[in-house]
Amino acid sequence: MTQKLRAAIIGPGNIGTDLLMKALRSDWIEPVWMVGIDDSPGIQRAREMGLKVSTDGVDGLLPHIEEDRIQFAFDATSAYVHAENSRKLTSKGVIMIDLTPAAIGPYCIPPVNLQTLLAEGVKDNVNMVTCGGQATIPLVAAVSRVQHVGYAEIVATVASASVGMGTRDNIDEFTRTTAAAIEQVGGARQGKAIIIINPAEPPLIMRDTVHCLTVDEPDRDAICASFRDMIAEVQKYVPGYQMLNEPMFDGKRVTISVQVEGLGDFLPKYSGNLDIMTAAALRTAEMMAQQQAAK
Amino acid sequence: MNLAGKKVVLHDMCLRDGMHSKQHQISIAEMVSISAALDAAGVPLIEVTHGDGLGGASLNYGFPAHSDEEYMTAVVNTVKQARISALLIPGIGTVDHLRMAAGCGVSTIRVATHCTEANVSRQHINLAREMGLDTVGFLMMAHMVSAEKLLQQAKLMESYGANCIYCTDSAGYMLPDDVSARIGLLRRELKPETDIGFHGHHNMAMGVANSLAALEAGAMRIDGSAAGLGAGAGNTPLEVLAAVLERMGADTGVDIFKLMDAAEEAVLPIMDEPVRLGRDALVLGYAGAYSSFLLFAKRAEKKYGVPSYKILLEMARRKTVGGQEDLIEDIAIELSRA
Repeated sequence: MTQKLRAAIIGPGNIGTDLLMKALRSDWIEPVWMVGIDDSPGIQRAREMGLKVSTDGVDGLLPHIEEDRIQFAFDATSAYVHAENSRKLTSKGVIMIDLTPAAIGPYCIPPVNLQTLLAEGVKDNVNMVTCGGQATIPLVAAVSRVQHVGYAEIVATVASASVGMGTRDNIDEFTRTTAAAIEQVGGARQGKAIIIINPAEPPLIMRDTVHCLTVDEPDRDAICASFRDMIAEVQKYVPGYQMLNEPMFDGKRVTISVQVEGLGDFLPKYSGNLDIMTAAALRTAEMMAQQQAAK
Repeated sequence: MNLAGKKVVLHDMCLRDGMHSKQHQISIAEMVSISAALDAAGVPLIEVTHGDGLGGASLNYGFPAHSDEEYMTAVVNTVKQARISALLIPGIGTVDHLRMAAGCGVSTIRVATHCTEANVSRQHINLAREMGLDTVGFLMMAHMVSAEKLLQQAKLMESYGANCIYCTDSAGYMLPDDVSARIGLLRRELKPETDIGFHGHHNMAMGVANSLAALEAGAMRIDGSAAGLGAGAGNTPLEVLAAVLERMGADTGVDIFKLMDAAEEAVLPIMDEPVRLGRDALVLGYAGAYSSFLLFAKRAEKKYGVPSYKILLEMARRKTVGGQEDLIEDIAIELSRA
């Protein structure tokens, strides 16, 4: 076993803490720093888990990058501060994994395009799109790798309790970013994204429906096999990612629904939408670390 | 009940909510003839959009015969006195759609959220108000929360810049007392300059009664639909409401006979099936499910052999909200296995 690559997490909120708990179990990544802006409960938790902490933002981390050999930084703050965080850290050679909607770097959906991104050479910043994107774009790509997809549409239904103020304040960003990534990463000629927020108690588990319109008649067997393979890939980092019912075919329309149950590390299990973001971000860093180890 | 002299703004829904009943296939010529008839009857506000609002064109809800832009432009160019509104559901439509609608010449934007999720509407309400549009906050499925909770959400929308707040009975579940309690509290607690509106569905045959209760409790805008064309058992039949209000001496500014003409001669002929209070619609209202689920449940019944009303009951039991049409087929499959 090679030495683990060392990482900082910026943003000690629910997402950052969940990511920390996952990273502590990783064979490839070792979380070393948690970066916040005050001595928040999240910073206190991280300290208790043995991390070094900054309560002075990224500036508190910068002097320690070399000495602590920080190679990755996960940014779980907001689009507004990400650009500045990224500028400061990438100039010191740190690779940024961006969980905000800032999207400075290329979109990354691990089972779909991470290998391609890695093959293209070192990226200093990759963006994790949106929760709905992580949950659905693998399925769009599962169809588009079989045959041309003229149009793909996703509907993400999430529990109200799992949708933070950042998303609520700019819900159009979810719609736009997800639609753009359905095209750029999912391989559909045109993409559309819809998000439905449901306040039911107990909270519902994230549910996603993906509709594709294929250009030619869909090859059912090949598409179903492709879905199975892709779901198995996602399950490597989100075990609770499951197909609901068999894929449906209606003319050129292909429809599949999945449920995304989280691991329940720090976030509740129903918020699979948040879990799949932290899991995909960690998966991205792990695959980058594996590539470096293979060199 | 005394509504004598009360000023009432009637808002027609048949070219938006009615799109659900028509599977979003109303033609431009039909839009033009219906809006011309409503305009001639003096209806002051007419809503024109995909049933699920701007950007609703989708595999999930149905692709319309024409784009929102084509529909709105055609109607704006038809009417002489009426103003045109568009519905926008954040999560489906975006501010880009809002700008497009304003460019088409709509006067009113109605930003709709589930009754507990008002804080997803800030950016859209902010922008509509900034653009000088008549800006309405539209709280859907309002039967699912108490009057107090609804007020909290209404205050958020008011704080973002909405000049009118709607209590929206999307499931047609409410009875007159439910309406009075919600509208009454909104009227007492919101700013005096904020208008209050009520949007009903006729699933329990309460459209007219609920609208009267809303007016008595302080609402000023009332949604209805000529000949009732709308999701479920339709919206409050507008010509019926207008005739009742005229008998009560309220001031709607509408010519009720011309409105009856519009319903009878322009709207009725385009119905795929007569809008009536059948079993499925009654179950929507009785159990409290979103009215536009109706046709999706009927299609699932054909495909899976499960009674549509049982699907709708299950949708209500699971506390689904507007937009969850994609769950209907799953439920049909589950019920067909049970």
